[in-house]
Amino acid sequence: MIDFSRNHFDLLGLRPGFRIDTEALERAYRDLQRSVHPDNFARASDAQKRLALQASARANEAYRTLRDPVARAEYVLALRGIDAASETDTRLPVDFLTRQLERREAAEEAKEAHDARTLAALIAEVRGEAAGACDEVARLLEAGDPAASVQVREWRFLVKLADDFDAMRVAQLS
Amino acid sequence: MTLFQISEPDRSPLPHAKRRAVGIDLGTTNSLVATVRDGVAIVLPDDAGRPLVPSVVRYGEHTVEVGYDALAQAADDPHDTIASAKRLMGRGLADVASGQRGAYRFVDGEGVIRMATRSGAKTPIEVSAEILKTLRARAEASLGGAIDGAIVTVPAYFDDAQRQATKDAATLAGVPVLRLLNEPTAAAIAYGLDNAAEGTYAVFDLGGGTFDISILRLTRGVFEVLATNGDSALGGDDFDHAIADWARGESALPALSATDARRLLAKAREAKELLTQHDAAPLVTAFANGTRLELTLSREAFARITQPLVARTLVPVSRALRDAKLAASDIDGVVLVGGATRMPQIRSAVADCFGQEALTDLDPDEVVALGAAIQANKLVGNREGDDWLLLDVIPLSLGIETMGGLVEKIVPRNSTIPVVRAQDFTTFRDGQTAMALHVLQGEREKVTDCRSLARFELRGIPPMTAGAARIRVSFAVDADGLLSVSAREQTTGAEASIAVKPSYGLTDAEIARMLQDSYAHAVDDGAARALAETRVDAQRMVAATESALAADASLLDPRERSAIDHALEDVRRHVDGDDREALSAAMSALNTATEDFAARRMDRGVSRALAGKHVDTLDSR
Repeated sequence: MIDFSRNHFDLLGLRPGFRIDTEALERAYRDLQRSVHPDNFARASDAQKRLALQASARANEAYRTLRDPVARAEYVLALRGIDAASETDTRLPVDFLTRQLERREAAEEAKEAHDARTLAALIAEVRGEAAGACDEVARLLEAGDPAASVQVREWRFLVKLADDFDAMRVAQLS
Repeated sequence: MTLFQISEPDRSPLPHAKRRAVGIDLGTTNSLVATVRDGVAIVLPDDAGRPLVPSVVRYGEHTVEVGYDALAQAADDPHDTIASAKRLMGRGLADVASGQRGAYRFVDGEGVIRMATRSGAKTPIEVSAEILKTLRARAEASLGGAIDGAIVTVPAYFDDAQRQATKDAATLAGVPVLRLLNEPTAAAIAYGLDNAAEGTYAVFDLGGGTFDISILRLTRGVFEVLATNGDSALGGDDFDHAIADWARGESALPALSATDARRLLAKAREAKELLTQHDAAPLVTAFANGTRLELTLSREAFARITQPLVARTLVPVSRALRDAKLAASDIDGVVLVGGATRMPQIRSAVADCFGQEALTDLDPDEVVALGAAIQANKLVGNREGDDWLLLDVIPLSLGIETMGGLVEKIVPRNSTIPVVRAQDFTTFRDGQTAMALHVLQGEREKVTDCRSLARFELRGIPPMTAGAARIRVSFAVDADGLLSVSAREQTTGAEASIAVKPSYGLTDAEIARMLQDSYAHAVDDGAARALAETRVDAQRMVAATESALAADASLLDPRERSAIDHALEDVRRHVDGDDREALSAAMSALNTATEDFAARRMDRGVSRALAGKHVDTLDSR
């Protein structure tokens, strides 16, 4: 019912690559779940139920990875044998890290001072930079440039930073 | 019964018998059971036509009362009448704030909460099982036989322990659970399928004791939960308490006995309900201690004293929107669920938050049970053609304790279920051969701030230098949102696994014992059940005979007709009595009296069906 050895793109009938048709992804995911979801096997044997759980979880994993652009970029690299998501390899340029550290301090100060406007401006700034990193990753991945690996890590860092700032903003509201 | 049922010409009879499927909303304050009849979801009422069963259980010396009867005794018998047991599901004594303990006499001890009653210590699981038994009996009487499959709903924000407790309660009650379903998702089915809606919806579900917010996207028959959040200790009950606290303050009441406290709470609830329609509500009662309460609560004052509670619902809303990466303005519609959403201050807070009036076409008390019934009907296979699909999420992150009392998250909150996720861990000391695994649920970093779900050990790790072993810990969450965990040392294949049995739940052995105990009472239960089933058969027989007489009375001579009428009257006379033997006898007499009539009707039906058909049409069959 589902071949567990296939990669995420293959499983969902998509051409492997960073640029994907997100509508096609969603359609393929929904169609796959329609055939494998455990709710279709509510009265089936225990063995079939277990298989449905595995298959449905596999479909969820593929969709989760390909839907999120950062995870998708890392996955494309992983298919090429490059582990960009590894925790042990977190090398980033020092000037990049210094800049983000300064931003984090600014965000903490804004949070302490209940300065919602500065916090919002910081979030917008980091998100803008993340969007730029996304375009750069797309270009590098298409060109097969090994610099894609570092760029993906910077991108992930920026997305995480913006999320953290947004969490501070929400915490401030409540 | 020998009255053959004959379908109309050109209309084939049902291809297979319909399976009996129900949706059960096991609520904090009220519970319901619903089913799909003739393609329409309906709530099954009691004999008096009341759709709700108050979630109240009263333990007598040898009896158990459930619902309105128990509720009526709640004030006079506060220690042995358990209400809002749902708030205690999957919880330990330390979790229950002292202010919320009510009149119950909790039994000290580790693990699952127990309350002392006249008939022994009871866990919230057993109390819930009594409510489920009542709902099961109601469904079986109405559907005419044993249930083939049920869906029991749970708050979306229920953690693993609370879900497991609910499933255990269903097992104790003999309810065959097809699946647990999140309440907001059930509500979305009831709305979505009715309105064939597409778009992004927020379901705001404020029940008696729990609050859920779910953000769903509906696309071509797929209900995809994007994010869920909530507070499993916030509900309509808290508004009653706020009114009661206000009354104590206003009239400087002396300390109240358990009975008087329950009476005050009941009055507070009446006032709350009145304020939905009226600008002011009286709060008048006389207490057993001689004091009188005479107050008027205005709608404005009610809104003011409950403002902190209303504000508490908006925090999870903003969190859910954030997790769904949406703004309030992206929401196409807001659905209100739960009786507590009738309060005007809730409605206006929701309207302000989302910039639109909420949808309230369906009864907020019934919508969850209706949606669950629709899904149950599908899962038992009564609606083969339909293929809508539910993709739900887990509400809280799942993880493992690591060094320093920190939690490493393995499955993040709002992951679509089912989900299987693995992560590798390693040893801390040289030569370490065993590993203690502590499974936790929650969003905080520290173990002490998360809920402990289970502990287990992996043994047989070959001695290696610290950090060399590779232990893969796998989490699997099924479509019910229930977790199982396994751990495996990668080089030797040493394995340990556990179906997570929560620290505050019942062990399998305890469930087995409770089931055993309930068989001791099974003689009574069995007799009552047999009577109920016979009654249903009798009613069906009376209806069938009446319609046969209406259609084909011309086939009978006056003597035959009078014999049938006589036998029919006899069945009607016994159907409401308690004598099953007499009812059965009357039914067989009616059977005998209608035997010839049935045969003649059969002949007439066959000749009618054949009339006008060509021979070749018949041959091809």
